[in-house]
This record gives sequence, structure tokens and C-alpha cells, in this order.
Amino acid sequence: MSSQKNLSEEFLKGIWKENPVFIQVLGMCPMLAVTNTAVNAIAMGVATAFVLIGSSFLVSLLRKVIAKPVRISTYIVIIATFVTVADYSIEAFSPSLHRELGAFIALIVVNCLILGRQEAYASKNTILFAVVDAVGMSIGFAFALFCLGATREILGFGTFFGSPILGEHFEPWVIMALPPGGFLMLGFVLLFFNWLEQRKKGVTA
Amino acid sequence: MSEVELRISGETREPGSFRLICTLGLAGLISGVILVFVYQFTAPIIAANKAKALREAVFKVVPHSSKLQELTYQDGVLVRVGDKKVEPGEILYGAYGEDGGFAGYAIVGSGNGFQDTIRLLYGYDPVQRAVVGMHILDSKETPGLGDKIYKDPAFVSQFSHILVDPTIDLVKGGRTADNQVDAITGATISSDAVVKIINAAHARWDKKIHGTPPKYVAPIPPEPEEAESK
Repeated sequence: MSSQKNLSEEFLKGIWKENPVFIQVLGMCPMLAVTNTAVNAIAMGVATAFVLIGSSFLVSLLRKVIAKPVRISTYIVIIATFVTVADYSIEAFSPSLHRELGAFIALIVVNCLILGRQEAYASKNTILFAVVDAVGMSIGFAFALFCLGATREILGFGTFFGSPILGEHFEPWVIMALPPGGFLMLGFVLLFFNWLEQRKKGVTA
Repeated sequence: MSEVELRISGETREPGSFRLICTLGLAGLISGVILVFVYQFTAPIIAANKAKALREAVFKVVPHSSKLQELTYQDGVLVRVGDKKVEPGEILYGAYGEDGGFAGYAIVGSGNGFQDTIRLLYGYDPVQRAVVGMHILDSKETPGLGDKIYKDPAFVSQFSHILVDPTIDLVKGGRTADNQVDAITGATISSDAVVKIINAAHARWDKKIHGTPPKYVAPIPPEPEEAESK
């Protein structure tokens, strides 16, 4: 099965063709909740990447040991372990980031992107492919978070990575920093990607 | 795999419960080992971070302070936490200047905000009977509106001198008396929450913190003799 697969293709698909957010529309909870600034978005992306890569590695390593009827619970135990590791590490090394991300670090456990990759990919592929797939998906996810986070920060606070860029006369769109702004931006982003898809189809047809 | 299945569950193709237990047990074991190591490694760092954040907050809300000790109320007096025969109770912080002279108390209060519980620390000068500083420890107030309770310098700086008698009042459109706090436009509930929290905490401690504050005792070596001073 994996012999026909191309390593670089498996890596790239997560970033663009099967981007977890833009195409698969997975992991919406952190997507909407913590993308009000670029820094938060990147931190969330890195934390999710750590959990995803770690769990994919372990699930792939244990794929012959894990009995089918309890596979989901096993995945959850493995994912929860990595989430707890990430949670403690962030709290130890960056308390301010931990305060910003709050409960959403713990909620990575129920991010369907991660469980989805274990069930659909890591449990059926070799370690190398599982990790490559996880890295690709993580980059795709982080990229999507960053797009939203940067846009919302610029519009909602008039800053980019904390430094003001829009001048003193800019009146921040507070709504962009609030949850509705997340939904709004996500809608526009999905619209954009569907439009791209449509256009591509139109050109090739 | 099929051998194991056959040996344990006999005729059925489904893996037996022993194997299921083994799988989950293995996952739990790996998980447990990883978590123990991570916890061992991070717990002291997290505790140190919290202690450092608290010290900085105390020194911020009590002007001219650079030393602190934990105090609690017992048998009608404030006593140092850590002395012999001190029961653990609600803690407040005594803040002291570089020379060990008393600078003020720092008191933790919490209550409902607009979204979630707000936890704050305020500095209190028992001689002036005034709040002398306020710092939000924990809040999930609305970004851009309620979070001004700690992001808006105009709101926070008011707390550098607010009389607590008869009570602290929230007003709109500018302070006219020393016991008033001017509310943040668009975040009246959050502003009100801060005032209510301080009033409630003050009511709880007021009777307990009159009289001479306990003297500062350097933590190393611990010297218990000053604790009884009234």
C-alpha cells in the first residue's frame, strides 16, 4: 500500500491539497478560539504539531499491538499524554502564553484533526510515512491558524506580533478580536479557497 | 497476532478481553511513565514561576516594597505563616521596604466578572485606610472592552489612592471624591466587578488587620520570636 505512495506528496498534501482547515474543515474549535493574535495562533499551531507528530509516531509504532475494539480509547490515551506534556511545558517555559491559551491547550485532546489522522493514516502506515503525514498536516494547520490570527490581529488590534502597524488613527475593529470575528474571517477564508477550487476546475474543464 | 487471539479467545475471531486489557494497559503504562518524568521536570519550574509572578505583583501594588512575607489571622492577631503552631488559613501578604519597614498589605480577592471569575491583588495601606495599587491576577474579560481593567492605564492608575471608607463606589464620568472609581466606558460590569471584589475583600480583612503589623523576619534563618507582636 505505502510502496506506491510518494513521500513528498504525502508531506505536501497536508499543507495545501488536503489542508486540515481550508479543505477538510477540521479542528475548528482552536481555530476560532485562539486566533485573535498571530502569536497565539502560532503557539497553538506548534502545540498541536507537537501532539500530532508525537501521537502519529506512537500510534504507528504500536499499530500492530493495538487491538481493534479498543483502538479509539488507546489513541485518546496517547493523544492525552502528549497534550499534558505540552500543557506542562508551556506553563513551565512561558506562563504568559499559557495564560493566553488557557483551556484551549487541554482541548487539543478533542481536536478531531489529531484523532482523524490516527484513525485514517497513522494506524495504517509505517512510522516514516505517519510522521511525514503528521508534519505536513501540522504545517498546514499552523499556516491556516496563522492566516486567521494575523488578519484578526491586524484588524482587531491594529498590530502585528504586538507592534502597531496601522498608525494611531486606526480605530480597531473590536469584533475581529472577539469570537464573531473568528467565524467571520473563517467564512471569508473558506469562500476564498472554494473560489480557487472552482476557478481551477473551470480552467481545466 | 492470530496466535494470541486463538490461544486466548479460542474459537472467536474477535480478540479476547485479556488482549484488550493488555493493549490499554500498555498505552496507560507508556502514558504514565512519560507523564511522571515530565511532571517531575516541570513542577518545580511552574511553582517557581508562580511564586515569582506573585512577588512581582505584590511589589507592584504596594509602593516602595521589596520584601514580603505571608501572614494569616489566628487568635485575634496576624501571624507569620511558617511559624510554629500556625494553622493554615486565608493568606494575605505583608509587604516591606528594603530596610524591613512595613509598607502595606497585599490582599487577594476574587469574584464574578463579566465572563468568568476575576482574581486580583490589591495593595492596602492601613494608616491612610486606602487602596494603593491593584493588579489583575486572572481574568477572561472580553478583549478590547473588559480587559481594560488591566490594560487601560487610566483605569488601573486610579487605584494608586482610593479611600475605602465608607465603601469604594463606582461612578461614571469622572471621580469627584477619593473613595470613587471611574468606570470604563463599555465595560461597566467588569469595572463594577473589580470594585465589588475589593470592597468584599476589605470587609473580610478590615477587622483583622488593625493594630501594628507583624515585623519583617528574614526567611533564612527562620526566627519565630517576632510573630506575637500586636
